[in-house]
Amino acid sequence: MAGKTHSSAEHEHFPWKHVVGFILSIVLTILAFWIAIGAEIGSSAKLWIIFGFAFIQAFLQLFMFMHMTESENGTVQVGNTLFGLFCAIIFVIGSVWIFAAHYSHGENSKDGYSPSAPKQSEHSEK
Amino acid sequence: MGHNDSSYANAPLEYQSETGRLNILGFWIFLGAEIVLFSTLFATYFVLHGRTAGGVLPAELFDMKLVLIMTFLLLVSSFTCGIAVHEMRRGSTKGVVIWTILTLLLGAGFVGFEIYEFFHYVHEGASIHTSAYWSAFFVLLGTHGLHVSIGIFWITGVLFQIKKRGLTPQTASKIFISSLYWHFLDVVWIFIFTAVYLIGLGGLL
Repeated sequence: MAGKTHSSAEHEHFPWKHVVGFILSIVLTILAFWIAIGAEIGSSAKLWIIFGFAFIQAFLQLFMFMHMTESENGTVQVGNTLFGLFCAIIFVIGSVWIFAAHYSHGENSKDGYSPSAPKQSEHSEK
Repeated sequence: MGHNDSSYANAPLEYQSETGRLNILGFWIFLGAEIVLFSTLFATYFVLHGRTAGGVLPAELFDMKLVLIMTFLLLVSSFTCGIAVHEMRRGSTKGVVIWTILTLLLGAGFVGFEIYEFFHYVHEGASIHTSAYWSAFFVLLGTHGLHVSIGIFWITGVLFQIKKRGLTPQTASKIFISSLYWHFLDVVWIFIFTAVYLIGLGGLL
């Protein structure tokens, strides 16, 4: 039984999906690295591009390597992952928005969130 | 549910038993929770970014070469892990064993470099107690590194079962589920690579 070939999505001998996903991942990793370190563009453009590449790479893993949609439960799996992603984005962007973007709005300097060494110049706020 | 299973006779081995199918679905639900777990650590990391309390800065410690080595070790291991599942679907026990051992070695290399990195940072004066920033850094990367380490022990255990019992619907679903876990850890690393190292090295934010 175990030795028989299965008429699954992956009956071919050469793992095309994996190889294509792998090459694209390497290209995206190197490109992201070059953009972050070497490219002559603004910081916010860099951030958009490198996070765009990160999400593309994540989806490559999910679809090319993990075969997220292949089983009869594909819809549930995709829905659950999208829900997880939704929570993740709300947590990350929401937290940054609340703590970082609105930090300078606090008139009360004793709000308990002051940097412990306010004389340091690397704190962009103040 | 025996009569139901017959309609899955042509499905890949890991989907042939009902237990296998349910375990795979359940593992996807678990991965959803893992996304949320790591997102809270990323949120903390971003919020505490820059709060180094006058201590050593990440840009002074991050080493491009080390980061790229770790990234490629994990990326290649994710690929070899995928090939192991591909081999499993071709019915090749030997292929599964070889590609899985390769995956484990690459994973162990990754953990080795990460331990070296942590020791190096602590030696340079950036430990989990140094500042809010470094606490967030070590908790985020430590949680990921712990996951990789657990994965290595888990997959080693599954490999022993494959050696002993061969490819059955039971062992195949275990290989498949552990491969999902391993690929997921690479997904998390992609975001650590981007959010921690690229932002740190590029001086973005």
